[in-house]
Amino acid sequence: MKGYFGEFGGQYVPEVLVPPLLELEEAMGVYLGEPSYQSELDELLANYAGRPTPLTPCPNLSKELGFTVRLKREDLLHTGAHKINNTLGQALLAKKMGKTALVAETGAGQHGVATATAAARLGLTATIFMGAVDVERQKMNVERMRLLGARVEPVMDGSQTLKDAINEAMRYWLANQKSTLYCFGTAAGPHPFPTLVRGFQSVISQEALASYQKLIGRPPDLVVAAVGGGSNAIGAFAHFIPLLVDLVGVEAAGSGEEGCHNSAPINLGRPGILHGQRSMLLQTAKGQVLPSHSISAGLDYPSVGPEHSYLSSIGRVRYGMANDREALKAFLTLTRTEGILPALEPSHALGWVLANRRQIPSRSEVMICLSGRGDKDLDIVLENLGSVE
Amino acid sequence: MRAQSILTAAILAAAREKRPARVPFLTAGCPSLDRFWDCLKELDEYGADIIEIGVPFSDPVADGSVIAAASQKALLAGVDLDWILAGLAKHQLKAPVVLMSYANPLLQYAWERADGLTISQRGQASLELLAQDTRSLIAGIIAADVPLEESGPFRVAFEPAEIDLIVLVGPNTSSERMDKYARIARGYVYVVSVLGTTGVREGLPLEAKATLARARAAFDLPLALGFGVKEPKQLAGLTRMPDAVIFGSALVRHLNEGGRVKDFMAPWLAEF
Repeated sequence: MKGYFGEFGGQYVPEVLVPPLLELEEAMGVYLGEPSYQSELDELLANYAGRPTPLTPCPNLSKELGFTVRLKREDLLHTGAHKINNTLGQALLAKKMGKTALVAETGAGQHGVATATAAARLGLTATIFMGAVDVERQKMNVERMRLLGARVEPVMDGSQTLKDAINEAMRYWLANQKSTLYCFGTAAGPHPFPTLVRGFQSVISQEALASYQKLIGRPPDLVVAAVGGGSNAIGAFAHFIPLLVDLVGVEAAGSGEEGCHNSAPINLGRPGILHGQRSMLLQTAKGQVLPSHSISAGLDYPSVGPEHSYLSSIGRVRYGMANDREALKAFLTLTRTEGILPALEPSHALGWVLANRRQIPSRSEVMICLSGRGDKDLDIVLENLGSVE
Repeated sequence: MRAQSILTAAILAAAREKRPARVPFLTAGCPSLDRFWDCLKELDEYGADIIEIGVPFSDPVADGSVIAAASQKALLAGVDLDWILAGLAKHQLKAPVVLMSYANPLLQYAWERADGLTISQRGQASLELLAQDTRSLIAGIIAADVPLEESGPFRVAFEPAEIDLIVLVGPNTSSERMDKYARIARGYVYVVSVLGTTGVREGLPLEAKATLARARAAFDLPLALGFGVKEPKQLAGLTRMPDAVIFGSALVRHLNEGGRVKDFMAPWLAEF
């Protein structure tokens, strides 16, 4: 069926949202393959965002672990995370479609900042919905978005976090579809967003595969990436899926206690429908969506992109978990051994590697997707340092 | 051949009185758990031809702030499908009842009891159990986030139970799409007046007239106009009345502010 990955995906939206989704799908068919679109995007990615990103070896950490760890450095991109790969692609597509405005949701503010940035560069207006709780705890990113010219709308409904911001952005798009494209932040949501965002983020594994070929003449043995909605992970996996490469996605286990709020729907949820997609979902027995939690705001989401649910269901990708404490420890480890401050999202990926080091054969080549830099998380890290030191 | 839909019949009965059918919508558990069933009875008494009951969902993307807040409040008070069905079994209403919700609470209703080798089969089985449990209680069902392409499992579950799956069309639904909907539509067609969410609006959006006209050409069923409708005078500019009028947010707000059902219904009874 159209827009499905096995049994996951689909287009569960009100009828009035179907026409703009069809319009987007049509535009993808027309423009994404067009040489002028591709060359414009390539130029932006190279000389504005800073692609290709390096594949950084970690000699100190590798020595300690007994296998070779390399980091795909999405943290070095403009605005500090992989999000810009997607927002530039969608903003450019919006322009081709004749749209004048973008609407987006944001949790911690990274996607909001990346959307506001792409909008400023390409001459579009941007409206960013952000849960009121997140507005309060991510003030710097709110200011960044406003300085970039975006309108930030605090969302007072429900849990006042990312999931409610998505609801509100969908409502806004529904009412403003003529002028506006919904610049969805992750490889989730109704078809065609999972496919569209995967396409823009798969540049991560495309470059990484080329780097490995040049470096060691083969792909790595293992690729590990953190999974919230799952855009950096699907991007890091895409070109490795057909190859003999072990793939591990790492969900956030929250505090790690039994029954705690977490952000691990593949491990701890069951199939359900939210935000236009059927995927694994944290929910009550009655089908009401449960609040999620993670120390990392970027992973704090009760569902996950449908392709991840599918890759899990067929056993192609293994989905592990790392809890808040393991992520914090990984943050400190990387900072001190290699001088790189990772965001708390990829710290979960490294946290899983550290916790499962004995499972990984010595002399393996392990790639971790370092999806963003950690400056944004310093407050949270400093607040919680006591629990790990 | 199947007998005429109860919902279609209810609207045609109103048409014989030369008026649009009155279809109030009320979120379950609104304005309070105690008052809800009394309000339904009063709606029944004061001229409702069909009653729509909102089954709350935590993430209602088609709803504006009034109904979203009512849903949130209902969930906190413990309202779920079991509570609604138990209440419907106890309180007999003259007007046929339609449940309005979103895909997930409907799909998960009997998930624990449902068997199936695949997720789709289990979802189908769960919906069929819901249809079985509701067949004597409701005449129709609306899933606000289930468009044409995803409607198959819902139709397969509810049609044999003679529960109409109500389709929604809006100002941006092309005539080609309306024709596709016409092949599956039953009961009545929910015509969304505006590109937007539920919620009270002044007047009637300009596009409503054109949408009604296009829907009139595509469907052989009664048309029910909803989203933003509060009072009869909003319909004054229409050359041809819709067959039914759905009012939700305005009623929810009226009751939340302590208003009485009778007073809300009065203009509709006076005008038509």
